[in-house]
Amino acid sequence: MKLKDIVILLEAEVLSGAELLDIDIGTAVASDGMSEILAAPHPGALMITGLTNIQSVRTAEMADLPAILYVRGKRPNDKCLELAAAKRISVLATRIGMFETCGLLRERGVRGGM
Amino acid sequence: MAEVLLQRTFEVRGRDFDKAGETSSEIKTLLKEVGIDPAVIRRAGVVTFEAEMNVVMYANSATVVFTLSDEDISIEVFDRGPGIADIDLAMQEGYSTATDEMRQMGFGFGMGLPNIKKNSDGFTIESEVGKGTRVQSVIKLNDNR
Repeated sequence: MKLKDIVILLEAEVLSGAELLDIDIGTAVASDGMSEILAAPHPGALMITGLTNIQSVRTAEMADLPAILYVRGKRPNDKCLELAAAKRISVLATRIGMFETCGLLRERGVRGGM
Repeated sequence: MAEVLLQRTFEVRGRDFDKAGETSSEIKTLLKEVGIDPAVIRRAGVVTFEAEMNVVMYANSATVVFTLSDEDISIEVFDRGPGIADIDLAMQEGYSTATDEMRQMGFGFGMGLPNIKKNSDGFTIESEVGKGTRVQSVIKLNDNR
């Protein structure tokens, strides 16, 4: 599914990388533990997390994840968004919780990566 | 004998959470510039980032020596800090002495050192309590994983 369709599905706000939404997302990884995401990198996957600090962006960068979706209404600060923009990582934010977000994406064929 | 193509040294400051990852990012950029396999770069990035987070969480400071040869990548981290009393225990997945504050940052779940080892073709760790820890990861360029 296209990242831009995920934005619509989850009523997400695009905080960074609006020009990068045309990519296909087949896999997602979801965790608030960054080492868990780093332990099983799935390049090209969507990263779903409620952790909004700068390490979340660094984790996406190291694991070659092109987009981060922050759940349950969490929003990263400007420093995170600047880093994400510099690394060409799209940043989305939805009010929907982690479980529901994963369920909605899974229903539409996005596979789990971990 | 492997020929060294590139060597860089970086300093990492303990407790500097905002800057954690900068060294990993620079190493990743250097490796991309010379056209290394993306899977190998990813492993080098994960190794360096986990090592940097360990320094930031536990040590006072560290020196990271990055060496690219025509055969492999070596990432050596010498930290000045409390050291590790029981290395076997520290290497066990899930074992951690992290505080709640560290866990709230998404780290400190006892996966850092195991993640470093898992992504390395060669891994050594030595530590002296009260002085510091030295970790070396070697990643071969011909990635067979």
